[in-house]
Amino acid sequence: MSEMMTGAEMVVRALRDQNVEHLFGYPGGAVLPIYDALFQQDFVKHILVRQEGGAVHSAEGYARSSGKVGVVLVTSGPGATNAVTGLTDALMDSIPLVCITGQVPTHLIGSDAFQECDTVGITRSCTKHNYLVKRIEDLPRILHEAFYVASNGRPGPVVIDIPKDIQFARGVYSRPKDNQHKTYRPTVKGDLSKIKAAVELMSKAKRPVFYTGGGVINAGPHASALLRELVHLTGFPCTSTLMGLGAFPAADKQWLGMLGMHGTYEANLAMHGCDVMINIGARFDDRITGRIDAFSPGSRKIHVDIDPSSINKNVKVEIPIVGDCAHVLEDMVRLWRELSPQVDKPALKSWWGQINEWRGRNSLGFQNSETIIKPQHAVQRLYELTKGHDTYVTTEVGQHQMWAAQYFHFEEPNRWMTSGGLGTMGYGLPAAIGVQLAHPKALVIDIAGEASILMNIQEMSTALQYRLPVKIFILNNEYMGMVRQWQELLHGGRYSSSYSEALPDFVKLAEAYGSHGIRCSDPAKLDDAIMEMIETPRAVIFDCVVAKEENCFPMIPSGKAHNEMILNDFTGDTKTVIDAKGRELV
Amino acid sequence: MSVSHYPAVSFDQTVRRHTLSVIVDNEPGVLSRIAGLFSGRGYNIESLTVSETEAEKHISRITIVTSGSEKIIDQIKNHLDRLVPVHRVVDLTLQGESIERELALLKVVGKGDHRMEALRLATAFGARTIDATVTSFVFELTGATDDIERFIKVLGPCGLAEVSRTGIAAMARGSEVM
Ligand SMILES: Cc1cc2nc3c(=O)[nH]c(=O)nc-3n(C[C@H](O)[C@H](O)[C@H](O)COP(=O)(O)OP(=O)(O)OC[C@H]3O[C@@H](n4cnc5c(N)ncnc54)[C@H](O)[C@@H]3O)c2cc1C
Ligand SMILES: Cc1ncc(C[n+]2csc(CCOP(=O)(O)OP(=O)(O)O)c2C)c(N)n1
Ligand SMILES: [Mg+2]
Repeated sequence: MSEMMTGAEMVVRALRDQNVEHLFGYPGGAVLPIYDALFQQDFVKHILVRQEGGAVHSAEGYARSSGKVGVVLVTSGPGATNAVTGLTDALMDSIPLVCITGQVPTHLIGSDAFQECDTVGITRSCTKHNYLVKRIEDLPRILHEAFYVASNGRPGPVVIDIPKDIQFARGVYSRPKDNQHKTYRPTVKGDLSKIKAAVELMSKAKRPVFYTGGGVINAGPHASALLRELVHLTGFPCTSTLMGLGAFPAADKQWLGMLGMHGTYEANLAMHGCDVMINIGARFDDRITGRIDAFSPGSRKIHVDIDPSSINKNVKVEIPIVGDCAHVLEDMVRLWRELSPQVDKPALKSWWGQINEWRGRNSLGFQNSETIIKPQHAVQRLYELTKGHDTYVTTEVGQHQMWAAQYFHFEEPNRWMTSGGLGTMGYGLPAAIGVQLAHPKALVIDIAGEASILMNIQEMSTALQYRLPVKIFILNNEYMGMVRQWQELLHGGRYSSSYSEALPDFVKLAEAYGSHGIRCSDPAKLDDAIMEMIETPRAVIFDCVVAKEENCFPMIPSGKAHNEMILNDFTGDTKTVIDAKGRELV
Repeated sequence: MSVSHYPAVSFDQTVRRHTLSVIVDNEPGVLSRIAGLFSGRGYNIESLTVSETEAEKHISRITIVTSGSEKIIDQIKNHLDRLVPVHRVVDLTLQGESIERELALLKVVGKGDHRMEALRLATAFGARTIDATVTSFVFELTGATDDIERFIKVLGPCGLAEVSRTGIAAMARGSEVM
């Protein structure tokens, strides 16, 4: 059905037609017509953040935890530039977003008008695609196309820059019948002959490993279910990147834990020693491969990825399969069943024997304490005490993020929201707000560091305004711990600017924001304090005072291969484990 | 050997020139998207030509000459292909022999012997004289890049003062179409 309306009304109508219930934004001159249109309806709920960066991270948390597209609305100039970090974050982590930015009127573009910036120029390299709308006739198509582009193929952020005169202009709105782009058609079905070759290679493997990643989460819960089926059918071990946690259940016997720089001993050694590697939706990131020339030297590699540019980017593979994880996994499961192969049982048995030996090394073991809270212990207790709840976890960036990945275990996809590719401090609180809006009844926890949390602390006001009971669990080590650790390992323990000076009193800060503050520094009182946090029906800031100079291990130090990790029981001199050459290049 | 978490170079580094034909929607910003892809990822552009080829469908053809190792060239093609307004990317260099042509305008300034020598060379290279004054010539030469470069080289000592080149237009030989 076609109707006459203004550009601003088209924006709101298109959001409604796309079933967008929540929109994260911040008003300003160049988007006032859209705010006016929002005011006159109540389907799309606008969530007023306190900084545009917060809006984008909230939309990311919303999207990642619900599988929907996250939507953002910001004004021109500073509104758009504040959104850039979040857009880059979403691009790196493949999160589908549509971000609408206001722009100065068409005739003023290029004149250095008030609050003008070249939004499409600035965001070209940090979006999957972007648009500057110059004619009202194009607006309905672009609005719907943006949702298609954001969520199909490799997901990512899309910006629509709408000049103010276009928002006022009147035109005909109609919802396109097929919500697509005229030429953009990503491949979702994998090449069957390649999938067959992959299944054959897998069936002959003696030391196989599944290396899974964020692509499985992107492909939806169905893909996780198929992954479980395939891993169980084959009996192979399975590890995952930081971004893929939850796709395969952590409680499963075949689970090896996370791999990579701070991954488990067994996961990294299995990757190093495998003869067949099955990469499902991961991108051979440098936190995984370490030294490329020493990365899994003896394996034949299969790589399933929807983005052809991810294939052979960092690591050359033998069987590349371009397609959506869910589709390819479905074919793999079917072909495996049809083939019902005679796997090499004795070889697999001895491979598992080897893996169990590595497991016996207990690489996540740590020295606990009765006098001071160890950060690893704090996350373990948080995990144990929240087990019965419908829990979602977000994080900031640093040591606490890695401890959360290591000691909080996930059984389901979409429960774990973290900034992996860009590593954006300040992500966790706004992301938790987005998650809480998508899941109002759930227990949403931001596992934070005392430095990171201050980067977007203003979003506490958003939590208060919308009565969102998010829990901020700060592992307060009074250091930018991750930076301090690298300074210890690489720069002779000279802690240049990494001490968290002049911290606020987090309990009072919580109260100032109308939420509840808890401080705990005694291991004996930790459980009760965590229970108090869980039971508080409002937002909570939990200041968990932990050991200051704890290092995050296991760690593959710079310049070393997977089989040269440092573990928690390391007794040598941490200041000399990385040589001068390693220091130059980290 | 690499000593870093940032992986070291690990692929064959033999660099080769490739000519790519890219069919795109002729919409605002498409050229900067492509140029930005090259600059943002540190790839080379040796030559770039753009022109609308099917006006009613708003389709343009972009010819890019670039150089890199096999791995880099593959990445360039994959990255180009995933840009939303790009329809097709064809590597003419891999398709076998292709025709590549470029047009150059060359201005020679001088008198006497140099002048006569310039005119003689132009004739030998099959260039057209499209402007002449008592102290100057402007020649036009269409040909493969190598021919144009050779012509530029020999004209140098004869008072070559200015060069303007179009960049390459390319097409596969035979009946194959894009
Ligand atoms: C301080 C810090 C330390 C870190 N340490 C580690 C570490 O120890 N271990 C670790 O694993 N990570 C670590 N990371 C994260 C790391 O930087 C990367 O973000 C992460 O490893 C990438 O995960 P991924 O390979 O699963 O790729 P993602 O970034 O999740 O990319 C997904 C891949 O799947 C593809 N894809 C998307 N959708 C689909 C689909 N539907 N079907 C098929 N394919 C699809 C994409 O094209 C892409 O190639 C760390 C980050 C920080 C900030
Ligand atoms: C926006 C931003 N700036 C700088 C960094 C570099 N950085 C990575 S971790 C880190 C320290 C984080 O400290 P904290 O939040 O206290 O976490 P901890 O490591 O102590 O757990 C810094 C500064 C970053 N990741 N993001
Ligand atoms: Mg800290």
